[in-house]
Amino acid sequence: MAIDAATVRKVAHLARIKTPEERLEPLARELSGILDWIEQLNEVDVDGVEPMTSNVAQPLRLREDIVTDGDKVAEVLSNAPKSADGFFVVPKVVE
Amino acid sequence: MSDLTKLTLKAALDGLKARDFSSEEITRAFVTNIEAANPALNAYVVQTTDKALDMARASDARLAKGEGGALEGAPLGIKDLFCTDGVQTTAGSNMLKGFVPPYESTVTANLWADGAVMLGKLNMDEFAMGSSNETSAFGPVRNPWKSKASNAELTPGGSSGGSASAVAGDLCLAATASDTGGSIRQPAAFTGTVGIKPTYGRASRFGMVAFASSLDQAGPITKTVEDAAILLRSMCSFDPKDSTSLDVETPDWTASLGKGVKGLRIGVPKEYVVDGMPAEIQALWDKGVEWLKAAGAEIVEISLPHTKYALPAYYIIAPAEASSNLARYDGMRFGHRASEAKSLTDLYETSRAEGFGTEVQRRLTIGAYVLSAGFYDAYYVRALKVRRRIAQDFDAVWNKVDAILTPSTPSAAFALGDKEIDPIQMYLNDIFTVTANLAGLPGISVPAGVDSGGLPLGLQVIGKALDEATVFQVADVLEQSAGFVAKPERWW
Repeated sequence: MAIDAATVRKVAHLARIKTPEERLEPLARELSGILDWIEQLNEVDVDGVEPMTSNVAQPLRLREDIVTDGDKVAEVLSNAPKSADGFFVVPKVVE
Repeated sequence: MSDLTKLTLKAALDGLKARDFSSEEITRAFVTNIEAANPALNAYVVQTTDKALDMARASDARLAKGEGGALEGAPLGIKDLFCTDGVQTTAGSNMLKGFVPPYESTVTANLWADGAVMLGKLNMDEFAMGSSNETSAFGPVRNPWKSKASNAELTPGGSSGGSASAVAGDLCLAATASDTGGSIRQPAAFTGTVGIKPTYGRASRFGMVAFASSLDQAGPITKTVEDAAILLRSMCSFDPKDSTSLDVETPDWTASLGKGVKGLRIGVPKEYVVDGMPAEIQALWDKGVEWLKAAGAEIVEISLPHTKYALPAYYIIAPAEASSNLARYDGMRFGHRASEAKSLTDLYETSRAEGFGTEVQRRLTIGAYVLSAGFYDAYYVRALKVRRRIAQDFDAVWNKVDAILTPSTPSAAFALGDKEIDPIQMYLNDIFTVTANLAGLPGISVPAGVDSGGLPLGLQVIGKALDEATVFQVADVLEQSAGFVAKPERWW
């Protein structure tokens, strides 16, 4: 199934990746090529097959709902692009 | 004294314990090698020499008292995918340049608890997305091997290319690596080293930079099968911090070595004969069959009918999981933030466009597409159903065979730049390895021969879930039978 430039623009936005106009066509061709190759999955009979989301044949473990870690403001902020007074500083987002 | 950097992990551990040499001596020997080789090989992206020497001296103090863990004093390289407390961890991405984790991954914490010494962080494809190390923000790693037929620089494979190159080039005793579709086994095959991906859930994913969480699994790249058994044991553990970690005992896999394969049933899947596979790969596979037969194994032809669908299913599932996992890189709390943006959305989009390389962007876009409304069932859910078909293929043969023998890769190492233009050609590198990830099974690559250009080729053994013991047993016989002793000639 072929993807066009408009679809790439939409999907790139879904992925939150800024994609310049001149990249849309080439990307559409690349992605169409990959998806054409993936189309062969349609040959497989998957009637009645449960989707396999995990390799682990055990239910997810639950733990006690208690505090196990914390009080690490400095560590949490240590890789922030910008921080002040124990907060992440981000650009103004409300006009 | 002979060159300590050429020792196997096992021999080095024995020598350290017997105090034939100190950890500081062997660590310094590796530091010297790295300084000489790294400008050419580009295997290390961070060297932690001061830390290594501190760790080595602490090991020497413990060894002097007759104490010490299973890896006491052994200098290792760490794939840059593992978070290391206080040491930059980037997963080969500009997105994480300068990221210094304030915590340690469980796998590396296990190694330090066992006394290992960290030489530095090893180069890799960006976020482990690649098969040639060319997607790294730090530039490609070069393979220590060169073909006799040409002077071209070769890829060490990927994504654990730095790990494979460092082990093959004697820049560490052994290295950690990780495998989502073949990223341990393909580089091991390309560099004449041993690499094992254990059963999914054996090694904790806590502190490993995530790519595709239902497939990612850590494992070692080493010089020998015995070394792999030693290092894998230290890496694995039950970890409450990873919800998919298996609460099982980690056995001593060195006990599998020397047992032979008499009476074992080895499956040879006919679907692994692929179009365009070089005759040399088929010949090597045939040789592997002969070796195991000669050692008393019974060879059983088997069918894994959905094999050809494994890669296309993987190229839906892995990008889908990646698009979800990598959504965390929004430029807010850590990672790259664009300096100029007109709005919040623009800030996200610009930060991610600047921080992620081409292949990562390509996969995130595919992932967003296959998960988007209208395509989710047709692509993502269908791929998950095909994944179960692939797992069922294996389930159906385990009553007939104890392990499966295949080639590791469809070719020997190729030249850097060779496959950059065509993503699908690059993806086909993982054709023999990706099934084990989808089904969660252990798989090892063992160097078994060389091609006409003198480049190493590997054979893969796949085992039942949690049956690494049999995998090591078969790998040991392959290693003994192959008698692979070739080493790359130093050109750096």
